[in-house]
Parts: sequence; structure tokens; C-alpha cells
Amino acid sequence: MPAIYPFLLSLALFLLPLTSEAGEAADFAAASPARQAQLLEHWAATPDPTRQPLLDALQHGRLAVDGARRAFIERDGRLVAAEGDAPPEGTPKKLRLNNRLRGLLATAQASHRLLAEEPEVRLAAARALQKSARPAQLSLLNASLARESDAAVRDALALALANLQLADPDPKIRLGAVRLLGETGEPLARTRLEALLAPDAERDPTVRTAAETSLAQIKRRLLFGELLGQAFSGLSLGSILLLAALGLAITFGLLGVINMAHGEMLMLGAYATYVVQLLFQRHFPEALALYPLAALPVAFLATATVGMALERTVIRHLYGRPLETLLATWGISLILIQLVRVLFGAQNVEVANPAWLSGGVQVLPNLVLPWNRLVIIAFALFVVALTWLLLNRTRLGLNVRAVTQNRNMAACCGVPTGRVDMLAFGLGSGIAGLGGVALSQIGNVGPDLGQSYIIDSFLVVVLGGVGQLAGSVLAAFGLGVANKILEPQIGAVLGKILILALIILFIQKRPQGLFALKGRVLD
Amino acid sequence: MTRPISITLLAKAGPHLGRGLGALALAVLLALPLLHLLPAEHALHVSAYTLTLVGKILCYAVVALALDLVWGYAGLLSLGHGLFFALGGYAMGMYLMRQAAGDGLPAFMSFLAWSELPWYWYGTSSFLWCLALVVLAPGLLALAFGFFAFRSRIKGVYFSIMTQALTFAAMLLFFRNETGFGGNNGFTDFRTLLGFEITAPGTRAALFLCSLALLVGSLLLGWRLAHSKFGRVLTALRDAENRLMFCGYDPRGYKLFVWVLSAVLCGLAGALYVPQVGIINPSEMAPTQSIEAAIWVALGGRGTLLGALLGAGLVNGAKSWFTVAFPEYWLFFLGALFIVATLFLPKGVIGLLGKGDKS
Repeated sequence: MPAIYPFLLSLALFLLPLTSEAGEAADFAAASPARQAQLLEHWAATPDPTRQPLLDALQHGRLAVDGARRAFIERDGRLVAAEGDAPPEGTPKKLRLNNRLRGLLATAQASHRLLAEEPEVRLAAARALQKSARPAQLSLLNASLARESDAAVRDALALALANLQLADPDPKIRLGAVRLLGETGEPLARTRLEALLAPDAERDPTVRTAAETSLAQIKRRLLFGELLGQAFSGLSLGSILLLAALGLAITFGLLGVINMAHGEMLMLGAYATYVVQLLFQRHFPEALALYPLAALPVAFLATATVGMALERTVIRHLYGRPLETLLATWGISLILIQLVRVLFGAQNVEVANPAWLSGGVQVLPNLVLPWNRLVIIAFALFVVALTWLLLNRTRLGLNVRAVTQNRNMAACCGVPTGRVDMLAFGLGSGIAGLGGVALSQIGNVGPDLGQSYIIDSFLVVVLGGVGQLAGSVLAAFGLGVANKILEPQIGAVLGKILILALIILFIQKRPQGLFALKGRVLD
Repeated sequence: MTRPISITLLAKAGPHLGRGLGALALAVLLALPLLHLLPAEHALHVSAYTLTLVGKILCYAVVALALDLVWGYAGLLSLGHGLFFALGGYAMGMYLMRQAAGDGLPAFMSFLAWSELPWYWYGTSSFLWCLALVVLAPGLLALAFGFFAFRSRIKGVYFSIMTQALTFAAMLLFFRNETGFGGNNGFTDFRTLLGFEITAPGTRAALFLCSLALLVGSLLLGWRLAHSKFGRVLTALRDAENRLMFCGYDPRGYKLFVWVLSAVLCGLAGALYVPQVGIINPSEMAPTQSIEAAIWVALGGRGTLLGALLGAGLVNGAKSWFTVAFPEYWLFFLGALFIVATLFLPKGVIGLLGKGDKS
């Protein structure tokens, strides 16, 4: 019985234009919301290019109604009658649509765009209709499909049609629709097929079997997308860990000291980004989109300066007492956090993504790769490359490696170890500052930003071993991917605990990390 | 030698004065709970707030002492002692929750619509089993962690951060409601302990005396250990582990023993802390808490048991005054304390007082 309603409805709708004396715009303006909905559904089923200006006006809120309930469209600040040329009576009021009407309007727009010249517009319209097409549009879709020349648009239209045909009384058409849906990887097609497979929904056994096969196909495709998504978020987490841990690995390798204030260097880098953003907003609003690039050198210099100052004033005097250094740097981190709280407030500050870092690329129907994460992965690799060049191709890098391997011997050969310590500490802090710029683009920026990273980045250092960049890179990406793969299986917290346990076990086997410097030094 | 005259005098006065001061402190601490039992109008009445505050600091002092045993003597800086403390507290809290709930389920479980107790709550209505848990939970965890850590000779900074990661992971675990320990609210609303009203002055005084007894007991135990051959081996282990091994000692057993002992002491301190303060939640496991414990020891003086007590008292006293008077500046002060204590007071306040002229 319910199947008959759409027919009755469309029949009634086809009769509508005959009954109306005035134009469509006036009809719509004078109608009650329920009838406006009917009209929109009707328009969606019978697109007409002359109606386009009316729909556009509706969509952008430019349709107004005067005292005589006649419709006017606002053009360049003036009100023009939608039909006829009568002047408005009284002050026309803007017509507002509720959410339901907005949805119907979008569907109507989509079916009108199917008539557009450009294939891209038609393709977008067909995609929109896949989600929102209504039974009344069945014949329209059939007609569009028959005259469509572009292959991509044809495919999209066929899918939109198949979604509707699932309700067709003819089992053969349903079978065809089910098979067609099986070719896609749309999450939406899965829900449709699952609804079809619900008990009592589909009686025909052949259609049922076909639907099961199609569903299995779709699930396989979706699973692939999900796995790729997990791997990607793992890489993304890994790149962040890498940016956080790289500087720590350098200072730890060099001084044998865990800088507990390292997380605060990340935090300072993020706040430097915030300050640069403020300056751009105030002084160069036209170049605001470029502020993250300008923030990079600022953050590097700011954190490197703070790092070198710390090395000079505190850490240098604790040389050879790593545990005391740990506590002293913890004290420094407390002071830095409180300082930022006093200066910027305890609340998170707002760092906005510029346009080129927002949005993402749609790779698969259920997989969107956000631009900011893609850029951060690339940026992390860039920073690694830069650090590698610095450590392996410059005089400073040679000195840093010499001191890391054997401090006394390097000092005997004339390496100025004090200066190297200071510069390397500045470098490590500066890299953390760069990481802070990256973090500001994907998460909240607040005084406690760095606190959560110190343990994670230390685990990277433990796992990767010191003195080798490759170890840190491998450990960071390994931990990131392992974290993200475990997360959906056993939950984020248990995943973290499991990884910690695995690292403790790993150290049993390789106390020096993945890549150890070979040596025979014993105290 | 430019030192304040008072310190010079103190050093000159020698061990007699030190002993006298210690006895005086002990007498005052013994008197506090008794004064609390006086009627509230009495001029010498000690308020419940003061008694709880001092009782809390006594529990912290036990933690400082336990940390000093592993850090000051064996050279293992643990940044995760808050975990053992909290585990002891949770074990005691389980008993208190069962007492408060009577025959039913603890309130937070009914709130989660659980119908029966998880298996690890089995037997927690018995006080004796909970006492056993207070010792077993931190002890076994420390044993397992220590076994693996010392077997692969993790030490120094590595060991510190691993313990920190351990307490951090445990904190995350206890924050979850599904873990069955009340999620981030933890345990609170305790009513009775062994049938006694928990807020009654008599119970408070008894708990205070228990804390004091635990502190004195662990001080004596630590003293005996530190001045035995065992203590000498620990110090040797701290200063030159490889040489000790060449002398034929296996350091693992020594480390493991002192590590587990320290964890158990922390658990006991936590168990006494919870009924006095009236709440236990996962924030006790936050790495910050454990690192703060390290500064108590560092400020007071590592490797001297009295120094640890002194440090715990000084820092916590300062904290309870500061956080009321200048809450904004407490973190600056604490941070500065970390830096000053490590840079300028390698031997702590005790070093300043006592044998300052030796070094």
C-alpha cells in the first residue's frame, strides 16, 4: 500500500501548475511551508532552466515578499519583481527557509544543474542526487541518464538511479540496481543495502543473494579505505612524534640529559605562531594566509634562544649529574608554563588554519586526507632532511657527532665542547619550536600543550637509540602507526599501555635502542 | 666561609642539639592528636584542618623517605612513586567504599548500572584482605617492573622516565570508568572505618598516630638498612655499579629488594592518607605529583633519611601556605625551588646545616 503514495503525490504535483494563475515565484511566496515543500519536490522532479534565477534567489536569501504576497528578487541592492513589473506594496520582507525546505531546495538545485552545459557541474549534481534523490525524481533521472554523454556523469547518475530503483516493484530492476550498487565503495550504498537485507524488506531470493554479494563487495572496499585511513593517521601521529622527539634525541645523545622542558619548547613554538598570526592580522591582513611560513623562522629563533639561555645558565652547571638536570629542567618547565599562563591566560588561544591548510583530498569515498596533516608529514620529513644535512655536512655537525661519541676525546682534539653543547641545545630546542608551529595547525594551543609530549617523545628516543637520525625516524613512525592500529581494536588507553609494556620488553633485548652507537666505554 | 651565624651556631652545637630538636618535634607530633581531642572551645584545641594537614604531610614524609631509600642510597630516581602511593590508597579506598555501601554496591557502580562487583573487588569487605592488598598491589607491581628493569640494567634517566611513563599509563587506566575504580571522581564519601565514624575526633587522632608510627617505624627501618652492609652495597651500587659487579656482587637482588620495600612503604603511606583526606582519585598518579616528591628529597638532602623528612615538611608546608596566599606564584616558586635545590644545594638543607665545612 505505501508504494502507491508517491504516485498519488506526483500526480497531485503534476496538476499543481495548472491550478495556479500567477507565476511560480508568487505561488511559492504565497504558499504555506507545507505547500512550499510540495512545490520544491515538484520542481526537483521537473527541472526547467527558466526557474534557475528563482532557485538561486531562494538559496542566497534574496527572495522577498511584499504586502500583496508578490515575489521580488533582490538584484544589486534593488528589488525587481519576479513576475510582471508591479512596484512593491509596503516594505517587502525577506523569505526565510527552514532546514527541511533548505534540504529540498538543494535537491531541486541539483536536478536543475543536471541540465547544465559543463560536465563537472552535472557530475557534482549527480553526486548530490545519489544522497538526496527522492522517488518523484525517478523519471527525471531516467531521462537524464538516457541523454547523458559524459561517461563519469553517466556512472554517477546510474548510481543515483539505482538507489531509487531499490524500491521498484519489479524484482529485475531491483536486481540490476543491487548489482550496480555493489560496484561502488560508498558508505551510503552499504546502509541502503543493509536496509534492504533487513528481515521482511526484500522477498525475492535472487535479489537477496545479489544484495548479500554486493554488500560483501562494498564492505571489502570500505575496509581497504579504513585501513588506509588508519595507516595515514599513524603516519601523521608519527610525524608529530618525530618533530617532538628529534630535538630531544640530539640533546639527549649529546649531554645524556633529558630536557624535561623540551615539551615547553613545543609550546613556545606554538605560541610564537600565535603571536605571528596576531601581527599579521594587525599589520598585513592581505598576507595572512602566509603566516605559518613566517612563523617558522620566528619560532625556531625564539625557542633556540631560550634553549641556549637555559644551557648557559642552568644545565651547564649540572654537567655529569643527569638526574639533577632532569629535576632542574622540570623546574624550568613549570616556570615556563606559569609564565605563559600569566602572559597569555590559562585558556587555549585560537590559531586558525589558513585556507591552504584546511580541507582535504578525497582519495576514496570513505577516506579524506586533510591538507594540514599531509603538509605536516612532508614538513617533518623536510626537517629531518635539514637536520641530517646539518649533522653530516657541516663543521658544527661534525663537532656534535664527535662530542656525542666521546666527549673527552673530542675535547682533547680541540673541539670546543662548551660551545658545541650550547649550539646543539639551541638546535634541539629550535627543532622543537618548529614542531610547535606544526602542532598549532592541528590541535589546541594552550599552556599545557607540551606536557603530554615529553613521555611520548622520550619513548621514541628510547626505542630509536641516540646518535642516529634513522633510529628516531623509524621509532617515531613505528610508534605512530602501532598506536593508531591498536586504537580501534582495544581502545586508546589500553593501546598506550600495551605499547609501553612492549617497549619495556624491547629494552630487555636491545637496551641501546634500534640503532646503537658501537663502543666499549664503561665507567 | 660565609654562612649565617645561626647555621654556624647550629653546626657548632653538634649532635646534641639535633637530637634535642628531633625529640621536641616528636613530642609536638604526639601531642597534636591529643590536643585535637580537647573540646573545641579549649584554648589549646587543634582544629581538624590542622590535624589533617599535618597528618597528610606525615604520609608524604613516608613517601619522601621511601624515595630517598631508592634514590639517595641506590641511585635510582623514581618519578613514579605516586603510583605506589595511589595504589595503596585505592586498596584502602576499596574497603572504605564497601563499608560506606553496606550490603549494596558502591555508589559509583550503581550509577554505572553494574549489577555485580568486578572480580578484583572480591573480599574487599574484609579489612585484613584490604591491608594485604595495600602491601601486595604496589609490592607486586614494583616486583614485576623492577624485575624487568633491573634485569636489562635500565638505570639513570632511562629508569626515571620509564617509571614516569608507568604512572602516566596507570593514571590513564584509572581515569576510565570501565576500570572499576570510579573513573576521574575516584573514591570519596567514606563513612566508617572498622565501624568507627571516619570524621570523629577519636578516629582522626588514631589515624594520625598510625601515620606517625609508620613514619617512625620506616625511619628506624631505613636507618638500620642504611647502616648495615646492605646499605653499603647500595651506596656502592649508586656510585660505581660496574666495579661492584667486578667485585662479585649481583646488584639485581639488592636493587629489587630496596625498590619493592620502597613501593610497599609508599602503599602504606597512601593507605593512611586516604581515610584522613577523605578522597582518592587518579590525579594522585599524575607524573607531576611524583616529580614533586623528588624535590622534597632533593631539597632536604639525598642520602640522609632525616633530610627527606625535612624536605617533605618544608615543601608541603610552603605549598599549603603559598597556594592560599599567592596561588599565582606557587608554580614559579616550586620551579625555582627545583633549580635552586639542584644548582646550589647538592646536599640539601641538611648538608647546609650539618657537615657543611667538610665538603
